[in-house]
Amino acid sequence: MVDIVIIGAGVIGSFVARSLSKYQLSICVTDRHIDAAMGASGANSGIIHAGYDAIPGTLKAKFNIEGSDMMEKTCEELNVPYKKTGSLVIAFNDEEISKIQEMYDHGTKEGIRDMSLISKEQVLTLEPNLSPEIKGALLAKTAAIVSPYKLNINALENAVRNGVEFLREHTVLGIKKEKEVFSVITDKGTLTCRMVINCAGLYADEIARMVGDDSFKIIPRSGEYILLDKSEGTLVNHVVFQAPTMEGKGVLITSTVDGNLLIGPDAKEIKDKDERDTHRSSIDYVYKKGLQTTDKLLLHKSVTIFTGVRATPDKGDFIIEESRYCKGFINVAGIESPGLSSAPAIGNHVALIVKSIIGDISEKENYSMTLEKKKYFSEMNEEEKKEAILKNPLYGKIICRCESVTEGEIIDSIHQKAGAVTIDGVKRRTRAGMGRCQGGFCLPHVMDILSRELKVDKDKIQKGDEGSYILTGRTRQ
Amino acid sequence: MIYHELIIIGGGPAGMAAAVTARERGISDLLIIERENMLGGILKQCIHNGFGLHYFSEELTGSEYAAKFVDKIDELKISYKLNTMVLSVDGNKMVYTSNEEDGYVIYKAKAIILAMGCRERPRGNLRIPGSNPSGVLTAGTAQRFVNIDGYLPGTSCVILGSGDIGLIMARRLTLEGVKVKAVCEIMPHPGGLVRNIEQCLNDYDIPLKLSHTVFSIHGKKRVEGVTIAMVDEHFNIIENTKEYIACDTLLLSVGLIPENELTFAMGAKIDSVTNGAFVNQNLETSVEGVFSCGNVLHVHDLVDYVTLEGIKAAEHAVEHIKNNALKTIRRVTVVAAAGIRYVMPQYIDITEEEEVVRVYFRSRKVFKEVSTFASCDDVWISKRRHLRLLPAEMEFIEVNTNDIKDDTVYIGVDA
Ligand SMILES: Cc1cc2nc3c(=O)[nH]c(=O)nc-3n(C[C@H](O)[C@H](O)[C@H](O)COP(=O)(O)OP(=O)(O)OC[C@H]3O[C@@H](n4cnc5c(N)ncnc54)[C@H](O)[C@@H]3O)c2cc1C
Ligand SMILES: Cc1cc2nc3c(=O)[nH]c(=O)nc-3n(C[C@H](O)[C@H](O)[C@H](O)COP(=O)(O)OP(=O)(O)OC[C@H]3O[C@@H](n4cnc5c(N)ncnc54)[C@H](O)[C@@H]3O)c2cc1C
Repeated sequence: MVDIVIIGAGVIGSFVARSLSKYQLSICVTDRHIDAAMGASGANSGIIHAGYDAIPGTLKAKFNIEGSDMMEKTCEELNVPYKKTGSLVIAFNDEEISKIQEMYDHGTKEGIRDMSLISKEQVLTLEPNLSPEIKGALLAKTAAIVSPYKLNINALENAVRNGVEFLREHTVLGIKKEKEVFSVITDKGTLTCRMVINCAGLYADEIARMVGDDSFKIIPRSGEYILLDKSEGTLVNHVVFQAPTMEGKGVLITSTVDGNLLIGPDAKEIKDKDERDTHRSSIDYVYKKGLQTTDKLLLHKSVTIFTGVRATPDKGDFIIEESRYCKGFINVAGIESPGLSSAPAIGNHVALIVKSIIGDISEKENYSMTLEKKKYFSEMNEEEKKEAILKNPLYGKIICRCESVTEGEIIDSIHQKAGAVTIDGVKRRTRAGMGRCQGGFCLPHVMDILSRELKVDKDKIQKGDEGSYILTGRTRQ
Repeated sequence: MIYHELIIIGGGPAGMAAAVTARERGISDLLIIERENMLGGILKQCIHNGFGLHYFSEELTGSEYAAKFVDKIDELKISYKLNTMVLSVDGNKMVYTSNEEDGYVIYKAKAIILAMGCRERPRGNLRIPGSNPSGVLTAGTAQRFVNIDGYLPGTSCVILGSGDIGLIMARRLTLEGVKVKAVCEIMPHPGGLVRNIEQCLNDYDIPLKLSHTVFSIHGKKRVEGVTIAMVDEHFNIIENTKEYIACDTLLLSVGLIPENELTFAMGAKIDSVTNGAFVNQNLETSVEGVFSCGNVLHVHDLVDYVTLEGIKAAEHAVEHIKNNALKTIRRVTVVAAAGIRYVMPQYIDITEEEEVVRVYFRSRKVFKEVSTFASCDDVWISKRRHLRLLPAEMEFIEVNTNDIKDDTVYIGVDA
């Protein structure tokens, strides 16, 4: 029996866990996947929105603005790459000019700082590579970019170090409530608890239905992206959005915190919540739309293409409250964009809800809201490199040549509390395999390290979830 | 900081040949830096025959070919650092390295030979749509799993691309009991050597589907199949030719990309067609005293040519170290003209001495019974007959520097 079961180890479940981890509560986080950040939190635009797009008065607006204000410090605490690049929403015609004016008005009403409407000349001075067809733009200096999966993984790591338990590959199949006790039935056994927090992303509606809450529905909407090589990462300095029109939201172009260039996403309703396919038609669309912003996009510099799926609520706004149909069951659902930006604020808010239900809970004696400072080897200066290798010679051994990731860093990523157990897990934590050769070189080496450190045979190593094995047995000789 | 007269980056066949030559020509203070735990480069995993026919006049496996050079290096007591990654090189010929034993070490050299080889083009660069399961890997990575680690990457596979590594893996996997269902090649002609098509596909009845590509990948966790389709002359998918093939592995053999991150960071000019450095006939890059050879310069079909290039780079690096290099009077640009995809060298430096320069090239498509020419100011200065020209096979034409009157030489096919 624990106090709280959190369903879902996405960025939302992880920040809820982190905010609650300082209290004297026993908590477990379950996820159907083998690792954190394998849902929407692992595949999105990675943008901390300034907060002007949401309609004033909505939860989206509230938590976005609060979250965006907290984000720089949170990333500092959690050792997550963060860059305040600012954003531009560009307009090509009068309709779009009035749209950005409207966004500006929303933003001012919400008290967002450092926003301005700027002229074509000002846009082109800030961003010389953009199309000369641009008429003007909304500049928001507080917008930023982060590494979304690092934010997710490190928030969970922090929570686990404070005593939260992380149960991988535990799919919640049903929930029963008798008297005041919940039984959360998973494919690996039943967990009993006093409260359940539903952070199940795309599946949040199905989880809510397990306790008789049929009040909302989640519609899966996919978005596809093209990621270009680091050689293209300096094409734009800001996050550059197109103004939303009747046709849709338009695609954005941004550099990533690691220096690549990201173009996307499109938006398409899909049927299967587990599908992550990319499509020729979507990728072509994203590229064509991107070309309207700048004609300098070089498709042959692509490193990868990928899809993320939004958990769009049928009611439009985030749902963050104790269910009206079941006491002790909190929905944190319909967290589509700007969910990433809102995550730290949502985490704190849910902690308040929990307190309001349970009553006063005291803080633990020992807890910390920070992880130790750690730089990627590739970002260290000469002195830091020397020192790191002196401390641990394995920091001298480069495993991923494209991103200069060392064996020391990979071993650390495996042995941290909520550590990596798969190739993709190592990749999200260290960047090994994320560079231009996409693991062609380091895959066999990372497999050797995983196999040695986890003490499992090499042909048991997986890319991700069970079934994604890489090798199928020994050769004949 | 540690000084050496010559530093060679990469201990594959190009780097090893360069090292042996430099030592034989009197350079005693030289160092090879290699990031893997053994010398040999890509040859370590090439356990098939077909190496050395030109250079050693005997047929060897890749590993045997490499062993001959490793022995020579040991015999000549040439020093090398293994498990050592060169992180960067700058225009002052400072070489920044890291390894487990020595830590972070900076070297400086009078001359540098770049011999870093190449990497394989991954799925993301081709943007093959579909799901993202395990079981999609490059042919070279698969070759490493099979030949070095002793593991199989799957039980049934489709290979995309008919480059040599893919062809060799088709045979290797077939011999290991893996069912190779098809090799798809988007071009109307094969990418690999003719002998490999014969010995690796035809001998085992593996279908080669020309003008075909993989349209989409299926399977959520592990590859379950691929949809292939035919393409038209503009490489657009022909809708009614889609065909599903069940398999658990997709191997990619869709091109090699020279690993020129170091070259680029150093400030040397890079050729956007070869993805290698711009060099003159002495294989010197645009940074004085820095030479490039082997697959890092341009992708070769045969290791024998890689060796010859390594030797040549070393000969000129030695001249540079001994301050014997001839003074350049003027620099001429070599340009790929009609029917030619790329040329190497891209510059010819004219000195006081007359010289016959070999310009290597690849054709854009298949030609039969044609001539290639070198022209200057609209006048042919050289010509060569070819029974056939294949994009997959490197060719050359020779040019006498005394005939070069202009500052551009064009190499073309006389169609
Ligand atoms: C294309 C796209 C672009 C976006 N761009 C941005 C952006 O730029 N800025 C921004 O602020 N936001 C953005 N977002 C939104 C943001 O990514 C999400 O709001 C956020 O990641 C949601 O986090 P989550 O934890 O709710 O969901 P998820 O990360 O999906 O986590 C839910 C977790 O629940 C688990 N789960 C589900 N069912 C079960 C079960 N039965 N048992 C156990 N576990 C279960 C899943 O495995 C999953 O790990 C974007 C989203 C998408 C899709
Ligand atoms: C699968 C396959 C099959 C082939 N079959 C044949 C055949 O049948 N017959 C034939 O004649 N040829 C064949 N070849 C071609 C031949 O093997 C290659 O052309 C040759 O190996 C290229 O030599 P290289 O020295 O330029 O590069 P490589 O062999 O790739 O060597 C480069 C070396 O540099 C090292 N290096 C790179 N970057 C760094 C760095 N930053 N720091 C330190 N070290 C670094 C690498 O680890 C590597 O060892 C084949 C090639 C392959 C891949």
